[in-house]
Amino acid sequence: MKKLIALVLAVMMLVPAFAMAENVIKIGVFEPSTGDNGAGGKQEILGIQYANSLKPTVNIGGEEYKVELVIEDNQSVNDKAVTAAASLVNAGVSVVLGSYGSGVCMAAGDTFAEAEVPAIGVSCTNPNVTALCDYYWRICFLDPFQGSVMANFAIQKGSTTAYVLNMQGEDYGSGLANYFVEAFKAAGGTVVGDKAATFPEGTSDFTAYINNAVNANCDVFFAPCSTTYAALIIDQAAAQGVKFPIMAGDTWENSAILSAAKGKEVEVYCSTFFDENDDAAAAAEFVKGFKEWLNADAGNLNNNGGNDIVAAVSALGFDAYNVALAAIEAAGSADSKAIAEALPGVTWDGVTGSIAFDEIGDARKDMAYIKYANPETGAFDFVKTQKVGE
Amino acid sequence: MKKKGNLRLILSLAVVALLYGAAVLVEHTSGSKSMVVTVLQKGAVYALIAVSMNLLNGFTGLFSLGQAGFMLIGAYSYAILTIPMAKRAAVYQYYDGGIVQFTIGLLPALLVAGVMAALFAALIGMPVLRLKGDYLAIATLGFAEIIRAFVQWDAIGPLTNGSNLLKTYPTLKTAMPGNTLLFTFLVVGVCIGLILLLINSTYGRAFKAIRDDEIAAEAMGINLFRHKQMAFVISSFFAGIGGALLAMYQGSLQANGFKSAMTYEILLIVVIGGMGSVSGSILASFLFIACSEWWLRFLDAETMIGNFQVPLLAPGFRMVAFSIVIMVVVLFFRKGIMGDRELWELGSRRQAKGGGRNK
Amino acid sequence: MFDTLLPYLLAGISVGGQYAMIAVGYTLVYGILRLINFAHGDIFTAAGFFMVYLAAAMPPALAIPLVIILTVALGFTVERVAYKPLRSAPRMSIMISAIGVSYLLQNLMWYLTGGLARQYPVLPGLGDSIQIGSASTKVVTLVTPVLTVALVVALVMLIKRTKIGMAMRAVSVDFETAQLMGIKINNVISFTFIIGSAMAAIGSLLYFTNYTAVTPTIGAMPGLKAFVAAVFGGIGSIPGAMIGALIIGICENLIKAAGLTMFSDAFTFALLIIVLLVRPTGLFGEKTTEKV
Repeated sequence: MKKLIALVLAVMMLVPAFAMAENVIKIGVFEPSTGDNGAGGKQEILGIQYANSLKPTVNIGGEEYKVELVIEDNQSVNDKAVTAAASLVNAGVSVVLGSYGSGVCMAAGDTFAEAEVPAIGVSCTNPNVTALCDYYWRICFLDPFQGSVMANFAIQKGSTTAYVLNMQGEDYGSGLANYFVEAFKAAGGTVVGDKAATFPEGTSDFTAYINNAVNANCDVFFAPCSTTYAALIIDQAAAQGVKFPIMAGDTWENSAILSAAKGKEVEVYCSTFFDENDDAAAAAEFVKGFKEWLNADAGNLNNNGGNDIVAAVSALGFDAYNVALAAIEAAGSADSKAIAEALPGVTWDGVTGSIAFDEIGDARKDMAYIKYANPETGAFDFVKTQKVGE
Repeated sequence: MKKKGNLRLILSLAVVALLYGAAVLVEHTSGSKSMVVTVLQKGAVYALIAVSMNLLNGFTGLFSLGQAGFMLIGAYSYAILTIPMAKRAAVYQYYDGGIVQFTIGLLPALLVAGVMAALFAALIGMPVLRLKGDYLAIATLGFAEIIRAFVQWDAIGPLTNGSNLLKTYPTLKTAMPGNTLLFTFLVVGVCIGLILLLINSTYGRAFKAIRDDEIAAEAMGINLFRHKQMAFVISSFFAGIGGALLAMYQGSLQANGFKSAMTYEILLIVVIGGMGSVSGSILASFLFIACSEWWLRFLDAETMIGNFQVPLLAPGFRMVAFSIVIMVVVLFFRKGIMGDRELWELGSRRQAKGGGRNK
Repeated sequence: MFDTLLPYLLAGISVGGQYAMIAVGYTLVYGILRLINFAHGDIFTAAGFFMVYLAAAMPPALAIPLVIILTVALGFTVERVAYKPLRSAPRMSIMISAIGVSYLLQNLMWYLTGGLARQYPVLPGLGDSIQIGSASTKVVTLVTPVLTVALVVALVMLIKRTKIGMAMRAVSVDFETAQLMGIKINNVISFTFIIGSAMAAIGSLLYFTNYTAVTPTIGAMPGLKAFVAAVFGGIGSIPGAMIGALIIGICENLIKAAGLTMFSDAFTFALLIIVLLVRPTGLFGEKTTEKV
């Protein structure tokens, strides 16, 4: 037994030794590939991997460094996220990308901060990710923004009574729901029960919630939650023949939503970071290249949910990788602390819009894309871009 | 006899001191961001929780599955009382800064965490401990779930922050900067030491008597209910401290993490270590955490050796392999690593092996 | 008033019927082995995944019987591998083994399916929407209670009238005497697991037609609730399990209707504790003749 452990330890020490042989800089990918957010996490990883395939090296102080992605699964769970983060730090990464959800970022933030490794949040939208952690930056918009965007959109569609539902204990959902409620009420709407209703984790039966909404005569149903529950909500709402539109945030821009809505009489909207049919040249080029890259590998295609629809989170992953490279180049060093110092000054014209950080570490973004899950074509239709003040 | 016992005690203390020295050394040589330190921290925290569960399941024969619930109470008590005033507004963003408008020191907060858990245990224990065997198990499991739902209730949000994250309280890393491991080991060591003293006292012998034969124990004049209640409350007290330590380890806290799956994990640790063995639980905790979160991680990565894709390796395989190992232990090595014996009872030759705990 | 409550009642009866299917497995196994089969909820989940994968390859008429067969095989294997070797061990060991199996099955499903939610196939007829009074729901909502009652009646007949049923009753009353009387205990126990798993498989067909996403841990909560239903109804009693499950299903939905959504799960456990303390034998537990 002792020998075995000794052997294992010896092997583990050798592995990094081999890796050091050439000029390598490691970028950690802190994403869920299992758990509630597994589907979205995998798509985010795909965006990062695609970016990596285009730019496999980075120039540091005149020398070419090979970029090695270290991917660690945080299992969408907060307590496992801490060890996943520690394991990235231990692997000697210079900068971390991720994660999909906000809870795991907040749980892991201290680990990164303590090791002085900067982390770039990809699609975690809760304000506290960056506000409570000095080593977290983010390239997407925030919940207060997204919540008010969707509230404005609902009001403009003529809605006056909203039913808001999120999963208890999920930071992302409750944050978004809260901001939606605030903005919706501020704009003159009423919210059933005056606040968001919650459902316990593991719920499959949403009929009662949908009935509550129907009975309250609501004319919009806002349900920011993971796609697992989203599929159930859409399916059961359709079975009960609801007339109101169902809305949510960026997580719903996923093929799981499309397959749930396909062929049914439901109206589903979500806000997102990016539109596949964006005219901007950079975005168009990204979409074309990413689709080719996806279709070239069955494994990648499978991770994307079995089709080549470009998810917004993939685009964000792509941008995050490029921002990281820009920061590394700006720092002129593979040292994580130097990168952290260079990050605030980095700007990047990404496929999801231009990215520049404010003093808290958030990207200044002011526009969201509203999309409609078309039940006939089984694809997302672009509806409009929405800003807060409109 | 007495003299021999003293010798053993001194020897044991020496070994413990040595381990602590080793821990400090490990942290200072490998740096606090290394995986070893992280795993040792979590292992130590789990050791305390496992020992507290063992006190109930292994020593008193009460099959309780409520550990996660008591840990939750401890963790929340600790976090609520220690979040710095300046950060409260940000943490309790939906509840106007919350209603608790004072903080107390770290160690008193840990103590309160234990006391709160013990209080709840005393309340729950009164009705529940009259149940036997698996009914007790399922009732305590139910209570843990109720506690979890209650803590997340909106109406008490100003106290618990509802289902949102608690953060910015002092963590293991900030408690004793630079000496994370020493701090963890000290708190855990003191707690486990107290449990050991209890087990070796008259009460401990009464617990074991109840485990071995309730009727005989009662005939000997042991007040069954009082002793069961006592074991339950004490076990919960330490589970509460363990929960607080876990919160300190995580750096952020959410009720959602304390599910029955967590209790099952701890139960499996106790079984692997051996029901009724404190040192077994400690060993098993470190092994369990190291295996599941560190050594077996390579099983999750798709690996190429040359052009050969190693079969089976994919995300999730780590946990499969791990649970198979657990099943093998449960089925074929039912006594676990230590059975119901202790390391220091195995004679001096094996005792030297205690050093393995850190490696 | 009735119009508002109708959809909740319908949902409650439907989900209650589905819990009942799972509860039968718990109550039968507990009646004979005095074991809370923690893995039962995961066997239920596995049945869901079997259907997801089989339906992609063959028509439902073929897939459904195959799902039941595979689930039965799984239940049988679990008993033979994880419980049979522990027959003479303390009861705590066998319960720990059950927890271990549950842990293993969940991790295995996680690994094999990638942990992502899978869309359950639409079963022709069952998944269609229909209008009942003011409420709109799926056909399966109506089929569930009918099928549940029919199966429960059939099971009760089986236990009362057939030879194997008599053997099951004998084993549940006295393990050792039954053995001395020439009953092949292992066969009887295996048969119990077969029935329990088959019921879970049928339950999964109905459940997932209603709630169309399958994830590796989705069976845990219905499993626990079904167990509570079995205790509530009086452990060992099949009609008791059914009635307990229906009551839980309906109460759960009424609590959600009242807006106390957070406590819909907690309620189940509170009910369990109250039942255990006030009337540990449950609603129908005392009629030992029905105890299987």
